[in-house]
Amino acid sequence: MQYLDNYLQFKGGYDYTNVKRNELMKAQGFKEMPFTKTGTTIVGVLFDGGVVMAADTRATAGATVADKNCEKLHVLAPNIWAAGAGTAADLHHQCAHFNAKLKLQRLNLNRQSRVNEVITKLTSKLFPYRGHIGVALIIGGIDSNGPQLASVSPYGNYVYHPFQSMGSGSLAALGILEAKFQDGLTKQQAIDLAIEAIEAGIFHDMGSGSNVDVVAITKDGADYKRNIRSYNAKSYQKQIPYHFPVNNTPALKKYQFDIEKQELTEVGQEMEIIE
Amino acid sequence: MSGIFEYNGGSIVGMKGKNCIAVACDRRFGQQMSTITTNYQKVFKIQDNILLALSGLNTDIHTFYALMEKEINLYNLKENRKMKPTTFANLVASALYERRFGPFFVTPIVAGLENGKPILATYDSIGCKSDLDDFQVGGTGGNYIYGACEAFFKPDMSPEELEEVIGQSLVSGCDRDALSGWGGVVYVLTEQKITVKILKTKQT
Repeated sequence: MQYLDNYLQFKGGYDYTNVKRNELMKAQGFKEMPFTKTGTTIVGVLFDGGVVMAADTRATAGATVADKNCEKLHVLAPNIWAAGAGTAADLHHQCAHFNAKLKLQRLNLNRQSRVNEVITKLTSKLFPYRGHIGVALIIGGIDSNGPQLASVSPYGNYVYHPFQSMGSGSLAALGILEAKFQDGLTKQQAIDLAIEAIEAGIFHDMGSGSNVDVVAITKDGADYKRNIRSYNAKSYQKQIPYHFPVNNTPALKKYQFDIEKQELTEVGQEMEIIE
Repeated sequence: MSGIFEYNGGSIVGMKGKNCIAVACDRRFGQQMSTITTNYQKVFKIQDNILLALSGLNTDIHTFYALMEKEINLYNLKENRKMKPTTFANLVASALYERRFGPFFVTPIVAGLENGKPILATYDSIGCKSDLDDFQVGGTGGNYIYGACEAFFKPDMSPEELEEVIGQSLVSGCDRDALSGWGGVVYVLTEQKITVKILKTKQT
């Protein structure tokens, strides 16, 4: 049955071998650790000639900040970007997967990727998983049909609208967008509006914070500004940083593995263990 | 019953230095409130320039390490070359995400040196790679070690100083965590050598 091992090795997709064990553990009362979520405020704004997308940079695991400066704006194609909220692992891997899928398709067909095909592919993938793949994306891009902006929910629902916001800070951002959005914005106005919307999310939502990333997509390309705004730099630095003298921490034993000689030797620093 | 990640306890921490990288772990292996052994290995050498530190459920630490060992051995045999640390970091993320709906209960830290540049990546249990920070933590004492790291860390430290700083951060953090401690081990990886230091700590 060796062919079966080989087949299973290359079939791809998800591996469900641990599911039964994990269900048994949950039934016994163990609680899982929360996955890293992106908390997040993400927005997209359509303007005359393109689309602007912006995101904050905080990733949370429960109530702890897991990553102070993560990247939430993902490239799907040179002319299509995605901003993601939800489970960070799902976002990262699904976006990487779609990036590769679209690139293969572009190589095969020699055609630019289109926003509506990305939406179709995404929703076709997400719907069968009934929301268990936790990605809430804003897809923005420019193709032969002009600039387009859509949002996709984890259950496979999609909505096209000239401005979008998603994530835990979406309501804060939506307030700014509803008040200040107009048709026919210029690129700079759209960028300023998007930054303001993210700021609202950063300051009012606990799950969003740190910096603002922005990308402006026009037919000339994508202009990605990482950390265009930074609000939470360390305001206090200890004047004289801590200085630890070498060999200060007491050690029981110390070994050294020389890589070139591939030798393991013990370095003499033995301390007496006082009973 | 507490969480699955609190069943065995344990903490790990990784820090970048100047052309060097360090990982440290505690040595406790417990079953909820009992301590079974105080010399459990949580940091594994994958390759001469890659170290894998694992925290979480100890059975999954074992299994996941065996899986990664298998992958890298197969890679070496098939490709007839060493694996780069950034490649290994991506491999760990993919291996974890493959089990998205039945995950391994581990939070790994990958530490490596690629052309002299330190590579440090941490993951949640389903493969969200986070590799932009200068120090990373994992395990039950992780949050406490974060605090110590934020205070003690300086960029571009020499290997000797890095060994001190990471050791102090680990010990300070584990002192506040009931489920971690009972000793500490610090691994410092440079281009020429790997030093392993077994720390003397409070045995509680």
